[in-house]
Amino acid sequence: MTDLSHRPVLPQSQRPRLLEMAGISKVFNGSITALDGMNLTLNEGDFLSLLGPSGCGKSTALRLIAGLMRPTTGRIIWNGAQDRGDIGVVFQEPTLMPWATVAKNVWLPFRLRGQSFASVKDRIATALKLVGLENFHDAYPRELSGGMKMRVSIARAFVTNPRLILMDEPFAALDEITRQKLNDDLLALKDKIGCTVIFVTHSVFESVFLSDRIVVMAARPGRVVQELTVDAPYPRDMEFRTSPDYAAQTHVVSDALRIAIGDHSHDAH
Amino acid sequence: MTPTDPAFDADEARRARNRRIEAVARWALPLAVVILTIIVWNWFSNSSATRGMIFPAPPKVWARFLADYGMLFTSLMVTLKITFMALAIAIIGGVALAILFTQSRFAELIFFPYAVILQVTPIVSIAPLIFIYVQDPLARVLICAWIVAFFPILSNTTLGLKSTDSNLRDLYAIYGATWWQKLLFLQLPSAMPYFLGGLRIAGGLALIGAIVAEYVAGISGSGSGLAFRILEASYRLNYPRMFAALIMIAIVGVIIFAATTFISWFFLRKWHESALRREV
Repeated sequence: MTDLSHRPVLPQSQRPRLLEMAGISKVFNGSITALDGMNLTLNEGDFLSLLGPSGCGKSTALRLIAGLMRPTTGRIIWNGAQDRGDIGVVFQEPTLMPWATVAKNVWLPFRLRGQSFASVKDRIATALKLVGLENFHDAYPRELSGGMKMRVSIARAFVTNPRLILMDEPFAALDEITRQKLNDDLLALKDKIGCTVIFVTHSVFESVFLSDRIVVMAARPGRVVQELTVDAPYPRDMEFRTSPDYAAQTHVVSDALRIAIGDHSHDAH
Repeated sequence: MTPTDPAFDADEARRARNRRIEAVARWALPLAVVILTIIVWNWFSNSSATRGMIFPAPPKVWARFLADYGMLFTSLMVTLKITFMALAIAIIGGVALAILFTQSRFAELIFFPYAVILQVTPIVSIAPLIFIYVQDPLARVLICAWIVAFFPILSNTTLGLKSTDSNLRDLYAIYGATWWQKLLFLQLPSAMPYFLGGLRIAGGLALIGAIVAEYVAGISGSGSGLAFRILEASYRLNYPRMFAALIMIAIVGVIIFAATTFISWFFLRKWHESALRREV
């Protein structure tokens, strides 16, 4: 069984730059400003959360990075060549093809590069093992629970070992127990392969537990309000979730988010 | 487990009983209805001598069927050939047009009105013109059957190709999928349930189209399908043969429906809601 290669994760201050968003704005229909002057530097090995209320442009930022749309102004500068497909994506819905088995779904990124199933069978098996679905290769998505479907989706995003993984509120539709388990497993997975993650969420608790950087955003127009660092070392587990440090961090982030939302309510006067 | 088992409560017992009854009724009821129909029909035909002339009793129809078997069977083959050729062209044409429509909005805007006009204009009113313009006897009947059959395939497949999951489309775009990959791995599988629904309708319509075309072609020499046999038998006041041919057409229609239903189930059985059995 081939292992997914491991990229070393350096301390935050020493990480090489992966991409930079310079003055990114996105205006829809010539009038609706979804994102206004966003500047962001993403470094290799970051677990960065975009946190904010709905309408703050966090999903727009993700779609811009994914190359699904172009910014109205500003530039996204990648460090080194960025091939299409060198990104893994997890959406809020599992987004699996219902007509294909679990293994065939995970095969998709390879298949679109023209690689046969047989040639990447081992890598698919490794990815499915990493998300705990080694016994479900031939199951169809409908036979799986919501959490298991999401695991397949995560395996598909990780299987090509891309340098960046984009996650758009992936666990928002899951129950609290499944969600915590998936948070734990996601950190373990990231620790194992050392990729870079941008994680969109509206949950303060989730963002603090998962990330080492949190970008707080506000709505109308969508913009970055504040950037915070979570210094707690990885691996983080149940102990961290119940620690005073975690409570203190969530408090700080909650305050930042409250200011971000409150900002807007003051505008109304 | 027996009904006295404590885990087998009254509710479950009733449900099990209903399941057993339904399992028998599933085939017994339709069979009973057919037998009853034949009995009533037989009684009605024999109730007066004149009535029996124009409404022949089942044994007479059966006897005629056995006597004319060779001729009727040859005609059946002609009708079947037209039906399946028309269905095949409808599938190829309908799917190809649907793909064109979903790739190009302009193609849809240009051609869709014609597809609708062809569909809503009764085939019997177009057929005489087709028979004037097209000389080949097979081709003219085929065109009629095709016009009737292709629309459900086209409209259903177009709908299916357009109903691909938008997140999956994004995912394919992010992975840099080519047009061909997107069509083959994403759009066509998504459209499968819709296409198969269209196929079930088109199968029946192809038969109807073939029969109607044969009728309109009349005795002008355009082959000798089952519809032509019915017309010919009516001129000769051969009522038993009319019934025999009619029943053959009905049975063919049922078989086509059953076959397309089976095909639909076969392709969707692993993943689509329509083909899955619900537990409890």
